[in-house]
Amino acid sequence: MITLPHIYIVGGLFFAALAILSALDQANARRLRNSAFWGLLAASFLLGDRIGDFGNGLLALGLVVLAAFGLGIGKPKTTSPEERRVSAERRGNLLFLPALIIPAVALIGTLAAKETAWGAAFIQPTQATLISLVLGVLIAVVVVMLWLRPPLLAPLQEGRRLMDSVGWAAILPQMLASLGAVFLAAGVGEQVGTIFSQYVPGLETSRTIAVIAYCVGMALFTIIMGNAFAAFPVMTAAVGLPFVVVALGGDPARVCAIGMLAGFCGTLMTPMAANFNVVPANLLELPDRKAALNGVIRAQIPTAIPLLIANIILMRLLAFP
Amino acid sequence: MLVLLGIGVVVLGFALRANPLVVVMAAALATGLAAAWTPEADLQIMYDAALATIAAFGKAFNDSRYVSIVWVVLAAIGLLERAGLQERARIAIAKVKAATTGRLLWLYFVIRQAAAALGLTSLGGHAQMVRPLVAPMAEGAAESKYGALPDRERYLIRAHAASADNIALFFGEDIFIAIASILLIKGFLEQNGIIVEPLQLSIWAIPTAIAALLIHSFRLWLLDRRLKRVLTAKPAQSEVAS
Repeated sequence: MITLPHIYIVGGLFFAALAILSALDQANARRLRNSAFWGLLAASFLLGDRIGDFGNGLLALGLVVLAAFGLGIGKPKTTSPEERRVSAERRGNLLFLPALIIPAVALIGTLAAKETAWGAAFIQPTQATLISLVLGVLIAVVVVMLWLRPPLLAPLQEGRRLMDSVGWAAILPQMLASLGAVFLAAGVGEQVGTIFSQYVPGLETSRTIAVIAYCVGMALFTIIMGNAFAAFPVMTAAVGLPFVVVALGGDPARVCAIGMLAGFCGTLMTPMAANFNVVPANLLELPDRKAALNGVIRAQIPTAIPLLIANIILMRLLAFP
Repeated sequence: MLVLLGIGVVVLGFALRANPLVVVMAAALATGLAAAWTPEADLQIMYDAALATIAAFGKAFNDSRYVSIVWVVLAAIGLLERAGLQERARIAIAKVKAATTGRLLWLYFVIRQAAAALGLTSLGGHAQMVRPLVAPMAEGAAESKYGALPDRERYLIRAHAASADNIALFFGEDIFIAIASILLIKGFLEQNGIIVEPLQLSIWAIPTAIAALLIHSFRLWLLDRRLKRVLTAKPAQSEVAS
């Protein structure tokens, strides 16, 4: 049976390959830093269960230090824009098909592992989606390799090209999830809870008030921080889990899924989310691109606010089955 | 009360644009130290608390490795990009025919949202798609209808092109099971002792995705109406587009 540790070996080998290829990339002045970063991540996947909690903590600390010094961007050999255009003309829309293998295998694998005996024997049912996803990636890579016959190292080099463009941000969600554990151990949720219930009457008794507080809180925190991912552990530990879920009986999956989307409404309204709201204003040469509420943000606010209200209504209606 | 320091560190750190990984680690340490602090605490106690916090963070980091496993997807996406995936998407978008600016942006919105829901978040974006293609096409649709555009309307259309890309992406990608936000939720809940499957989470992104589509469709309809009202009332400056 394929289990999560098997998938971690795949991930570990992928990141280890990125570390080796990064170290050899003469075009990247910071190649050793990149190599160390992806190497530490590889070590986490391959050895994480053997180095103990404190060892893992030091490993995470090492990743943070490397990120703080700054990573470079490798320049693996890839195809030229002209070659890509020619290839796109020749292959046509068939090019989209291999990309669809990934969600298709992820979905079919999940359903098979949950609903059928043979599927459950093949894929660990409790982690079916992630395992199926990685299987889908492996199948898609094999299909593309057989079809297009690129160089043997191409999947790793192209993977490195994209990973380097993501950079240290790749581990931010994992870091924020881990922060949630520290918050829990220190009792942050209970503490914020007491404060919130002092200022928001009815938070402990009214589902509607609790849902509004959580969704609006997600949006506001996201506006301040520019990042819904960062707002999520804070607001969910403070309001989402203690009130909406525990005190008032909300379904955690539905509450959190919609809560994150309420945060995304905040992302649409803030200049702090530079990648989404400031970069395009610059690219499109908008005259008000330096303003706090530039044209892009002003075009988004009239969708973001009704959508935030829609999220509040949806959570209130759907999250209390 | 002191444990709230960690929350303050996150909010302040992100608002001040410090490196987010540093902010997260600092917030974890601040929280762990604050939880251990009493007026009687001496240096030894605080030192032990710091080590214990690093260990607790390390345990959680190790337990939530699956959040970062999704990046292996990039090996497959990168291979396809090498063969011209984005160029193909550009060719497909360039073929879109729509009579008005609003309808063109609506079609792009629907395609972008559907692609993101299937995990193809890289088939779009401001540098790759909006600036070279979607914005000029949207401006072109208005020009061929009303002639040369005043600056105000030109920039309005451009801003709408960028916002269509953002909104379609945000409210499409969470339907895909292996996107960072879904796995962050899974990881966070797991640290709190609640086990959920990504599929359970992504299904509940669908109602909001539909709401976003409806609301933004209405907005784009309003955009068409506004362009029609403004641009037919006072015909654009002297030059007339072909």
